[in-house]
Amino acid sequence: MSGRARLALWVFGAAATFAGVVLLFGVGLWSDLNDAERSVVAEVLDAHSATAIALALLTLAILGIATHLLVQTLIGAPQRLGEEARLILGTNTEHRITPRGGAEMRSLTEAINEFAARHGALEREVAVRVGAATERLQEEKNRLAALMSELTQSVMVCNIEGRILLYNQRAKQLFLGADRMTDSLVGLGRSIFAVIERNHIGHALDALRTRVRRADSAPVVNLVTATRSGQLIRARMAPVLGAQAGSAREITGYVLTLEDVTREMQAGYRRDAVLHSLTEGSRSSLASIRAAAETMLLHEEMDAARQRQFLKIVSDEARTLSERVSAAVGDSGDDLKTQLALEEVLALDLVQAAQRRIGQQLGLTVSCAALEEALWLNVDSYALLQALSHIASRVQGRCAVTDIGLALERAGRMVHLDVVWSGPEIEVEALSEWETEPFSASGQESRLSLRELSQRHGGESWYQHDRGSGTSRYRMLLPAAQPAAQPAAATAPVAEGRPEFYDFDLFQQSGQNAQLDERALAELTFTVFDTETTGLDPAAGDEIIAIGAVRIVNGRMLPNELFDQLVDPQRSVSPESKAVHGIDRAMLEGQPRIAEVLPAFARFCEDTVLVAHNAAFDMRFLQVKEAATGIRFSQPVLDTLLLSAAAHPNQETHSLEALAARLGVHVVGRHTALGDALVTGESFLKLLPILAERGVRTLKDAREAAQRTYYARIKY
Amino acid sequence: MAKKILIAEDEANIVASIEFLLQQAGYELRIAHNGEEALREVGEFLPDLVLLDVMMPLRNGFEVCQKIRENAQWKHIRIVMLTAKGRQSEISKGMALGADAYLVKPFATKDLLEQVRALLGAPG
Repeated sequence: MSGRARLALWVFGAAATFAGVVLLFGVGLWSDLNDAERSVVAEVLDAHSATAIALALLTLAILGIATHLLVQTLIGAPQRLGEEARLILGTNTEHRITPRGGAEMRSLTEAINEFAARHGALEREVAVRVGAATERLQEEKNRLAALMSELTQSVMVCNIEGRILLYNQRAKQLFLGADRMTDSLVGLGRSIFAVIERNHIGHALDALRTRVRRADSAPVVNLVTATRSGQLIRARMAPVLGAQAGSAREITGYVLTLEDVTREMQAGYRRDAVLHSLTEGSRSSLASIRAAAETMLLHEEMDAARQRQFLKIVSDEARTLSERVSAAVGDSGDDLKTQLALEEVLALDLVQAAQRRIGQQLGLTVSCAALEEALWLNVDSYALLQALSHIASRVQGRCAVTDIGLALERAGRMVHLDVVWSGPEIEVEALSEWETEPFSASGQESRLSLRELSQRHGGESWYQHDRGSGTSRYRMLLPAAQPAAQPAAATAPVAEGRPEFYDFDLFQQSGQNAQLDERALAELTFTVFDTETTGLDPAAGDEIIAIGAVRIVNGRMLPNELFDQLVDPQRSVSPESKAVHGIDRAMLEGQPRIAEVLPAFARFCEDTVLVAHNAAFDMRFLQVKEAATGIRFSQPVLDTLLLSAAAHPNQETHSLEALAARLGVHVVGRHTALGDALVTGESFLKLLPILAERGVRTLKDAREAAQRTYYARIKY
Repeated sequence: MAKKILIAEDEANIVASIEFLLQQAGYELRIAHNGEEALREVGEFLPDLVLLDVMMPLRNGFEVCQKIRENAQWKHIRIVMLTAKGRQSEISKGMALGADAYLVKPFATKDLLEQVRALLGAPG
């Protein structure tokens, strides 16, 4: 029911009730009269009936007009207001409502108009900001596109499902059709599996996940694959990580850097072939020559006929050798499709991958025994996994085993990788078949035999059977690797987030020195640092034992631009200090002295604004060394302790812990210089918008705000 | 009775020298030119020592070595492998499969004779 109808019903009801009450009163009065009085009243009514009816009609008319006015005021005006407000909200933001009606309605209308004005202003501001951000984004995109097109390598970025999200022209050219004429298989949204075999990518992703989980400093995986037109491509796969921090980081995609290595591989193979032919191939002839010559020398008494026989051997073999040298240079490569992609892998990872794969494919229970933790191999892990599966499937077929074992053991510069099972001895003939038949993975064009695989790795493989225990062992001898130095266990906080090897906004920097004071805080470059010391009093001889620092550029902390250095203080560390940072004298022996560290630190923070929590303390330690080292830190300094007090004047504590907790900064590795510097940096970044709300926007504002705070008067 | 040596080697030019030297040293000899022939000769000639080349037609030296070691009656037979490759991994494989010694070509004939003498003692 509409508002109008409801109101009319109310008014009608009220009128009817009133009429009823009058009627009831009349009836009551009538029943109370005697007959004489009743006839008098009837007479009176009879005489004035016309007047009574006119009065009643008049009352009804007045009631009707009153109802109409009421409806207009109570229902019509708010409805009109609503319509107009909706108009402002929707189509015409510039529309304003003319105040009408009573004081309340006018006040409401004015409030709505005010709202409309603010809403309009906000919308315009948002539009301006979105425009600026879009423009910046577009600029970054253009730079990225320019950069990508300038790369000599082919680059493709794919999501985890294998869809191509980004690629450069070179990548497209690399994967032209087999006749080099038809369209490339590379395009936005197309599948990477059209150009690189699915299992290959799957295996590389598995390896990548393992490395990311282990927090490798540079988790990349190499693979070599053949294109349809027969080129060999070496691909380097690096992960794109999801946004969420912590150990649960998921790989959401990967960057493939591709290179056509056909020529390189051909040349390499040819070189190997020549080398092989000249070394191993010459050994037989040399052996014959040497043996013949030595025999002749040893038995000078031999007859002329026999002497001639040996001389002929020397002559023949020398000629063979000469021919081999000439031929070697002309030798060409052989089947390039079976090139291996040797890379360093942790043996443990490989065995565990094999365990999963054999378990899934063959339903065998695979046990791993005696695995050395830090054993690295230099192998093609994909081909090797296929080989292990091949052996397992042959063993399963012949011996009907339900479980097999894998074992790893270091043997000098090689590593034994054993497949172990129990069952009857395998005859040499059967084994020879296992070793020479090419094994293949689904859809894989290249095929290798076990024997070839071992040889390509510069290793060997063989079978042994122990009759006593009935155990069989297929042993592969593979080259061990000296892995690239791995980062020490995570004592330092692991830098999270997007790696900042570039920041395109740096192009727009207008120089850091001019008018520094008037520059907005958000666009300055900062070095946020912290020191650990032997004690609290530099005047009494306490020294710096660690400096940690991180850079902030364009409002972003750069997790890859870190300074992290221990310093030999050449004195003892007070027990109170040691209790805080856990560093003792022994840990500092062999570290550089302050005279060497300070110049490096000064270079690190050159032309930046220094930021520290309780900066006065750290600055004093630096200043004490001025005379000795000649290094002066004269750049502006901001103190997050003072800025915290300026931002939240009513809070009681402004310690780094309290500040970080208040701002929701996740604290990692506190009480290491670098850990504290990172917490300070993040807190500083979160303070900036709060300070801006309080009108603190430029470097000068910040310095002045800090001075005004109570804490500024404390002297250390 | 003279000690018996089987030379399993397909390169006639090296066989000529080895054969002459070992004959002069007083050993009784047989020659096999491939892996199959070598295994046959092992059964018939029952040598005390086999000079076994790795790279041979029909069956390679590793297979012959394994076959010899599979048979308990041939347990006493000494095996000296001759190889033209000389990679450490290959030597490891030979020793693991039951060879007693390994000589990498080109070897010194003096070393060969010493090795044989060390394994067999005096010719007979």
